[in-house]
Amino acid sequence: MKTEEEILDELTKEEYKYGFVTDIEMDILPKGLSEEIIRFISAKREEPEWLLEWRLKAYQQFLTMSVPTWQNFKHPEVDFQDMSYFAAPKEKPKLDSLDEVDPDLLATFAKLGIPLDEQKVLAGVVAVDAVFDSVSVKTTFQKKLKEKGVIFGPISEAVRSHPELVKKYLGSVVPSTDNLYAALNAAVFTDGSFVYIPKGVHCPMELSTYFRINAANTGQFERTLIIAEEGSYVSYLEGCTAPQRDENQMHAAVVELIALEDAEIKYSTVQNWFPGNADGTGGIYNFVTKRGLCKGDRSKISWTQVETGSAITWKYPSVILKGDESVGEFYSVALTRNHQIADTGTKMIHLGKNTRSKIISKGISAGLSHNSYRGLVKIGKKADNARNFTQCDSLLIGDRCGAHTFPYIESKNESAMLEHEATASKIGEDQVFYLNQRGIDSEKAVGLIVNGYAKEVLNQLPMEFAVEAQKLLAISLEGSVG
Amino acid sequence: MLSINNLHASVEDKEILKGLNLEVKPGEVHAIMGPNGSGKSTLASVLAGRDSFDVTQGSISYNGKDLLELSPEDRAREGVFLAFQYPIEIPGVSNINFLKTAVNEIRKYKGLGEIEAREFLKMVKEKQALVEFDAKLTNRSLNEGFSGGEKKRNEIFQLAMLAPQLAILDETDSGLDIDALRIVANGVNQLRSEKNAFVMITHYQRLLEYIVPDFVHVLYDGRIVRSGTKELALELEEKGYDWLKDSVDASNAI
Repeated sequence: MKTEEEILDELTKEEYKYGFVTDIEMDILPKGLSEEIIRFISAKREEPEWLLEWRLKAYQQFLTMSVPTWQNFKHPEVDFQDMSYFAAPKEKPKLDSLDEVDPDLLATFAKLGIPLDEQKVLAGVVAVDAVFDSVSVKTTFQKKLKEKGVIFGPISEAVRSHPELVKKYLGSVVPSTDNLYAALNAAVFTDGSFVYIPKGVHCPMELSTYFRINAANTGQFERTLIIAEEGSYVSYLEGCTAPQRDENQMHAAVVELIALEDAEIKYSTVQNWFPGNADGTGGIYNFVTKRGLCKGDRSKISWTQVETGSAITWKYPSVILKGDESVGEFYSVALTRNHQIADTGTKMIHLGKNTRSKIISKGISAGLSHNSYRGLVKIGKKADNARNFTQCDSLLIGDRCGAHTFPYIESKNESAMLEHEATASKIGEDQVFYLNQRGIDSEKAVGLIVNGYAKEVLNQLPMEFAVEAQKLLAISLEGSVG
Repeated sequence: MLSINNLHASVEDKEILKGLNLEVKPGEVHAIMGPNGSGKSTLASVLAGRDSFDVTQGSISYNGKDLLELSPEDRAREGVFLAFQYPIEIPGVSNINFLKTAVNEIRKYKGLGEIEAREFLKMVKEKQALVEFDAKLTNRSLNEGFSGGEKKRNEIFQLAMLAPQLAILDETDSGLDIDALRIVANGVNQLRSEKNAFVMITHYQRLLEYIVPDFVHVLYDGRIVRSGTKELALELEEKGYDWLKDSVDASNAI
């Protein structure tokens, strides 16, 4: 019979099954960040002048800003000159059929279990935009979506086909002045998803994007923009993986959501970037700025995230509740193990009247990791009758990890109703033993318990992905028992 | 089926069981009674495989196997079931999902495939009726928000579902009102057969009026000091544990 120590020792090796590298011809810019590089990127994308100007302005902004210091972890030494800001597969696809996609790329996505073959895609339930390194490789179901007037594709294309829309909304929710990484992203972003849902349209299928970082020594800077016109609805999911490397790689994305009157945007993320190995070497720096604007009355934006990867996860998907009776929601499960760090949470900014927000955050820490929840509930002076419910729970596995909570409340309106609940718990030995005594081994037991713990959040995911997320949690936990 | 020989067990270096002997054959129902601190719960924990208890001497043989060599989950898969004195709550894990997982683990161990959904639900309905367990509780999270009585009855429901060979009931009667006691006892009696065995650990004689044991043992100071039939339980009820303690101490002193 193995002792707990023996089991722990044995299982320090982590099997990140997406750690493979795809050998494919790439266009990779030499390392370095400068105005020249930005001009190059803009030219390569054949962008209009106004966008180049926007980028350059952001770059100037970036140069004046410094690395933040308020976070609950030591900011890694990042040399912005020591990475390439553009990497793309050489075969530049103009895709109408799968035949035109590089077969190696197809194989990569197949290996990841991501269906690019339309027949295989859950019978037309999910449209997929596959982004390999910085480039969107293929977007499925373009025709079907076009029939409804839904635009879903790479932002690089949208800049050319719908410049008025992009110009109107790009940077309106996350301006370049917001923070260092937002400025960087604005300067060097290469691609991302653009979604536009016309008035009154309930998007007929789930839209999803899979991001795959492959090239070494590159940073990934995608930019996603989703616009939901009056009375429309869209559910969007993003999934991400990256190969196993010794060096850290940076992923600094920006996501902006705009929901007009009576519109609803549901945005889900299942993040499984390479987390680094058991000693903490390598892994993705996931520094992301995500924000939604409930612009119109009675609009709704909900963020659901399952974060299991990355060496450092640093993001606060937020909602600005401008419209009256608008609703913002944030559901999060963040799992950290080995040496991973998470400093994540949300900001709910109540500006309109009768607004509501709900925050459910479930942190799970194992190994030597540190998991922080950071949340802000801000009630503006004119935000009458605002309501917020916050629940932040921490679950600790083992006795060498950390869970931290930084809840902030700023209220300038007397009529606000704010509820905050928090729990911190350990996986009880008694609980595991109880399950043992019913024939369930310890690893499965911990899996059951964690899934039960995370259920409230997992239930928010689109059904097709809830199962995958459950599996991901279980796999990510392997070897954390003890 | 179960053969305990000269069992010595301690927790945190304090010896609790000091040479316990017990034989249980299929079809039998045994009751183990004793005052507080005599080692009753320790015995249950050691049988289930709780690692906070050290077995320093002796052996336990179960169906010819060395029980002490098996992990707790393997003991369960071999058919050992412990109805806990204080069943724990596991929020978010539904009773039904948990049961299905347990049933399948045991089946897997025996080389059987996973149970088919319909068959499983049929079994759930059947056993629910058998032990009069409220269907509403089955759909909730494991023991979450259950009253003490409901938790104990959930233990018996699980017993019915997992159909163990050896069931150890650790003070199942404590905290139960008369009605709940009757229902639990009824459930157990329905499950008794020639192939399985029950070991009931209890303080009070009351349970034994409902579940009539074949053998009654008294555990005192880490050892079984007296064995008999159900009459012994009645005598104990009348005279109290002190009576037994005095006679044991007296015989030790000689």
